[in-house]
Amino acid sequence: MATDKSSFQLVINGILNENPIFRLVLSMCPAVGISTTVMNGLMLGIAVLFVQVFSSVTIAIFKNVIHPRIRIPTYTLTIATWVTVIDMVLAAYLPEAYAKMGIFVKLIVAFAIITMRLEMFASKESVDASFWDGIGMGLGFMAGMVALGFVRELLGLGTLLGYDVLGFQPLLFFVLPFAGFFVVGLMMGFFNYIEVVYKRSKARQA
Amino acid sequence: MPRITEMIKGFLPTLILFFCLPGLVQAAMITDKSFGEEDNQIVVDFASAVDREVAATTENYIVYEESDPDIRLQLERVEVAEDGKSAILYFAEPLNTLKTHVVTIRNLTPATVESVKVSKSYLGYLFSILIGAMLINNFVFTKYLGLCVFFGTSKRKDTAKGMGITFTIVIVVSAVMSWFFYQFILKPFDLNFLQIVVFIGLVSLTVQAVDTVLRKINPVLFNAFGVYLVLVIANCIIIAVPLILADNEYNFFESFMLSFGAGGGFLLALYLMSSVRERIELANIPPTFKGIPIAFVVAGQFALAFLGFSGLSLF
Repeated sequence: MATDKSSFQLVINGILNENPIFRLVLSMCPAVGISTTVMNGLMLGIAVLFVQVFSSVTIAIFKNVIHPRIRIPTYTLTIATWVTVIDMVLAAYLPEAYAKMGIFVKLIVAFAIITMRLEMFASKESVDASFWDGIGMGLGFMAGMVALGFVRELLGLGTLLGYDVLGFQPLLFFVLPFAGFFVVGLMMGFFNYIEVVYKRSKARQA
Repeated sequence: MPRITEMIKGFLPTLILFFCLPGLVQAAMITDKSFGEEDNQIVVDFASAVDREVAATTENYIVYEESDPDIRLQLERVEVAEDGKSAILYFAEPLNTLKTHVVTIRNLTPATVESVKVSKSYLGYLFSILIGAMLINNFVFTKYLGLCVFFGTSKRKDTAKGMGITFTIVIVVSAVMSWFFYQFILKPFDLNFLQIVVFIGLVSLTVQAVDTVLRKINPVLFNAFGVYLVLVIANCIIIAVPLILADNEYNFFESFMLSFGAGGGFLLALYLMSSVRERIELANIPPTFKGIPIAFVVAGQFALAFLGFSGLSLF
């Protein structure tokens, strides 16, 4: 049973139609907790991309020898192994960014998005398709995190990636930790609104 | 929740009794002693008025932590009250108030040495860990963990209760097991890099074990709570707690209290949220905000409210 989508479609699917943060509403902890700056979002996005791609490929390779009854523990241990790898790599080569992300890198192991993609996609599809699906999901997560970080950093600190853009701080509220809930909620509502408007204009054209 | 409030009511008198007991069996001259308001103070009360000049001399005091008797703590000055019945000891550096301090005072009555131990009650300390994990550092509203499951299962009160109780049981069992593994296997053999793999493996094992046991022993309970067991694994809190335990080197009782507080806090958050969401269902909300987006805004307001607990210090 193979998917009929091309690799490009799989990647786009992960970024837009099934965006992990805004569409599937999975892996919300980091989206609220550490999306205060673009840089944080980018770093955790890279870590998740790495774990997602390697876990998907690993499961896709071994899918025929995994007994269905122990599949969930197998997925969990596979993810845990790759998380350990990225955790140690980040701690060794990017200690500053690693300190900022704190416990969240280790918590990638419990992110629902990764287990879900292994269960829904990688355990059924070919290695090739699983690789591209992993890339799509990882990029989609990263895009969501960067979008949140963009809004919060620009409105809260007036900077982007650490560079001063606005020259003043519009609303400090947005970088305070709890504001993550408000920003995620409001942005989801905003995206829903865009979709409604888009569909309405399409219906009018037809 | 009435059952929980009853439990707390029953628990409080025992607690108060425990704190009062040391006062009843106190030694002669010094009637009471405690850490002061600032973290560099110790307050000592005397049974009767003492010679103010003797009590104000810093050379008459020897203070050290019980675990390090060789390191004498630097005393800056001593302030004695007007009536000579109490004194405040000021130290050059902040004290570690979690440790037991030994205060020895010489010549209070001529040619005597009196020594007392100053410590926070250990039970009180354990209780503060519990309350800290439940309210002050609530994992959902102030640490932003476990949100996927939180938003997924807070639609109705029944689901919220089922998920909260299942989660509390699993987290207590798995945290205790993780503590044993960390203290007796990972640490002695220098295998700390395996933390993530071992802890998540233990969680899977606990979930699987609870599943099997519950299915055999109590099928009615299994029908009610079985569906939530799978979701427990996707909850970040369940892996965050063992990592925190390992980082802070907590002992067995502290680990138990932290995991119990984390589970109770999650149950509390779920129940509060589900109460609000049941009402939101009936409210007139813009269609683009229906469902998850408005739930996030409500959770944000809860988080703001929970900030109010941050000033709370119990013992």
